[in-house]
Amino acid sequence: MVAKSESNKKRTKKVRIPRTSMPEQDPGARKKNFEEVATGYTQEDALLEASRCIQCKNPTCISGCPVEIDIKSFIKLITEKKFEEALEKIREKNTLPAVCGRVCPQEDQCEKECILGIRYEPVAIGRLERYVADRELKRLADQGKECAYSEVTRKCTKEKVAIVGSGPAGLTCAAELSKKGYRVTIFEALHKAGGVLVYGIPEFRLPKDIVQKEIDYLKSMDVNISVNAVIGKTLTVEDLINDGFKAIFIATGAGLPHFMGIPGENLNGVYSANEYLTRSNLMKAYKFPECDTPIIRGKNVAVVGGGNVAMDSARTALRLGADHVYLIYRRGEAEMPARNEEIKHAREEGIDFKLLNNPVEIMGRDGWVDKIRLIKMKLGEPDQSGRRRPVPVSGSEYDIDVDVVIMAIGQGPNPLLTSRIKGLKLNSRGYIDADPETGKTSLKGVFAGGDIVTGAATVILAMGAGRKAAKHIDQYIRTGKW
Amino acid sequence: MFKIISKEELAPGITRFDVEAMLVARKARPGQFVIIRIREGGERIPLTIAAYDREKGIISLVSLRVGKSTALLAGLRQGDNILDLVGPLGNPSEIKNFGRVICVGGGAGIAPVLPIAGALKDAGNHVISIIGSKTEGMLILEDEMRSVSDEFYICTDDGSLGYKGFVSGLLEEYLEKNLSDVKRNKTNVDRCIAIGPAVMMASVAKVTEKYGLKTIVSLNSIMVDGTGMCGACRVEVGGKTKFVCVDGPEFDGHQVNFDLLMSRQRIYCKQEDTCYDLYKEECRHKK
Repeated sequence: MVAKSESNKKRTKKVRIPRTSMPEQDPGARKKNFEEVATGYTQEDALLEASRCIQCKNPTCISGCPVEIDIKSFIKLITEKKFEEALEKIREKNTLPAVCGRVCPQEDQCEKECILGIRYEPVAIGRLERYVADRELKRLADQGKECAYSEVTRKCTKEKVAIVGSGPAGLTCAAELSKKGYRVTIFEALHKAGGVLVYGIPEFRLPKDIVQKEIDYLKSMDVNISVNAVIGKTLTVEDLINDGFKAIFIATGAGLPHFMGIPGENLNGVYSANEYLTRSNLMKAYKFPECDTPIIRGKNVAVVGGGNVAMDSARTALRLGADHVYLIYRRGEAEMPARNEEIKHAREEGIDFKLLNNPVEIMGRDGWVDKIRLIKMKLGEPDQSGRRRPVPVSGSEYDIDVDVVIMAIGQGPNPLLTSRIKGLKLNSRGYIDADPETGKTSLKGVFAGGDIVTGAATVILAMGAGRKAAKHIDQYIRTGKW
Repeated sequence: MFKIISKEELAPGITRFDVEAMLVARKARPGQFVIIRIREGGERIPLTIAAYDREKGIISLVSLRVGKSTALLAGLRQGDNILDLVGPLGNPSEIKNFGRVICVGGGAGIAPVLPIAGALKDAGNHVISIIGSKTEGMLILEDEMRSVSDEFYICTDDGSLGYKGFVSGLLEEYLEKNLSDVKRNKTNVDRCIAIGPAVMMASVAKVTEKYGLKTIVSLNSIMVDGTGMCGACRVEVGGKTKFVCVDGPEFDGHQVNFDLLMSRQRIYCKQEDTCYDLYKEECRHKK
């Protein structure tokens, strides 16, 4: 009895420690550079934060993680200062810890399920994940090893598996299959592997050398990456089958930008968020003219949309020297799909939120954007998504002066590959019809996962799909059963 | 890495490269293009495939020097490598026996017309070719074009060779002389393919429209990924927005909004000039 109350006391003490905040660059300084906003925990921060975990007997956090990382154990290892072992524990389930520690919406996943969150604040699981991953990168860098985490190079000898797309779903599936000994080749259409991690998410949120190191780690696991290969064009699915690939995992992402269909969208200075971010992130247009790809540096920029991509575009525009960046969203802040942290960061940096506003026309002069016409909206009855439907307020139109407009209103399925695979069943929206549990499509041996199945979602959900598919690809190859 | 097997200057500023690209050569068809990136930090630029040899795994690219990236390309030598090359992208040309087909090529645009004209000839068409350039010295692939043509005409802006004037001028004269139905202004030609600078394609389309002659143009808009992901290449065709990279590059010339195409081609003019000037300065210093 005595012992139990002692431990209870200890627990109470633990939970009273406030959640350790993430050190960040000052908003005034960071909005002028592309360096990472969140600078990461120190060892002291990490130890303190890890000590808040009460090591539940039946941890609920794990059920909130799409790849089921053994969160309880890795945090315990941190408290024991066994950082490398903590990282290995994460890697059992997740091969991209430095990425996930940064971009996962933990507040909707593991941290949402943390018991502490009921009365206090949840343990900062994502920040701890990032800490152990970054610590290892730094340790290797200090030893002069810049690439891979480990020097262990394996040799896979089992059947060949092809993975189409090197984003989060493809990378995860590749890692899992490689662990099981399969000879995996990832085919990537662009010149660089990483998918949305390299073309979409900006440097200030996810440094590209971190992504590169995670990919190098995969390569050290004997995963082969073939860039400049557009499946459906350079090679077809039939070519892959004839070449001896026993299974194919399609993880090409969403990747067809939506426009609103309003007048003026083809004026010079109007971008899809995909183009704007690809120019800045993948092509390094923010370094122009040191790098050759140009981008229009607007003075007054309007970004349309309320998701993470809209936030990334707005904050990129700011860093490219805009004086004023408007974020135009047709619903209210509560309905915004972006992460709270991203909204907070955008606000701190001075993005001007025009909520309950919607563009009706983009106007131009001599072929260039010079104004955007907005209409005010009000919230009506909830729609199918459960969010209140925005309704235009008639006669409330007004114009604002802008020289760049970025459309960040989502994407659809890119038909480049899917339309070229005979017999592949698509759903009514054009996404691949695949079993959410196994990734199996209507074609034997062909699996699919990530945004090309679900529509635009998160990095970690795509990773979860990659992991599940790997398990069933293994099963299929071993048993031959579909 | 994609090795340059041979290089030939076809005219001042226009260079032909034969590049080792086995997978692309195996799949390439007339009308398709590749995107290349010459070196780290470089742009992704689209280039039409001018020829391909499936056996040897070689494709030919023809590039006109207009800015830094094309200057960098022109500076590469036999044996050098192009860092990235991806393709074949876009839809192939529609090739079948249409009957009498006019192939119009202007400037560096003659290069992409060549494989299409050849394929049309092989498909049994009567091929009438009209190629043009500013002046005699700038005319490329004359012999190659002649060899795939049943009728062959040359124009130069300055009259130094062949017809004096634009390809659209000669085309109009040809169509006028070959009317099948004089009353209805109908020509006996069944199809026209025109590739060249946007302004040339626009004027060809204007001429053929009068004669009700179906005209296919291949658009050369600015691109980044080339797989439909970014929308940089969007154009208006028949009042609808289309992506040149995946919906094209060939479209019905009578439906294309050429003003918009030309306006969008000029988006980065200033930046391109800055970049090119800095590069030229850099080259001078090196010398």
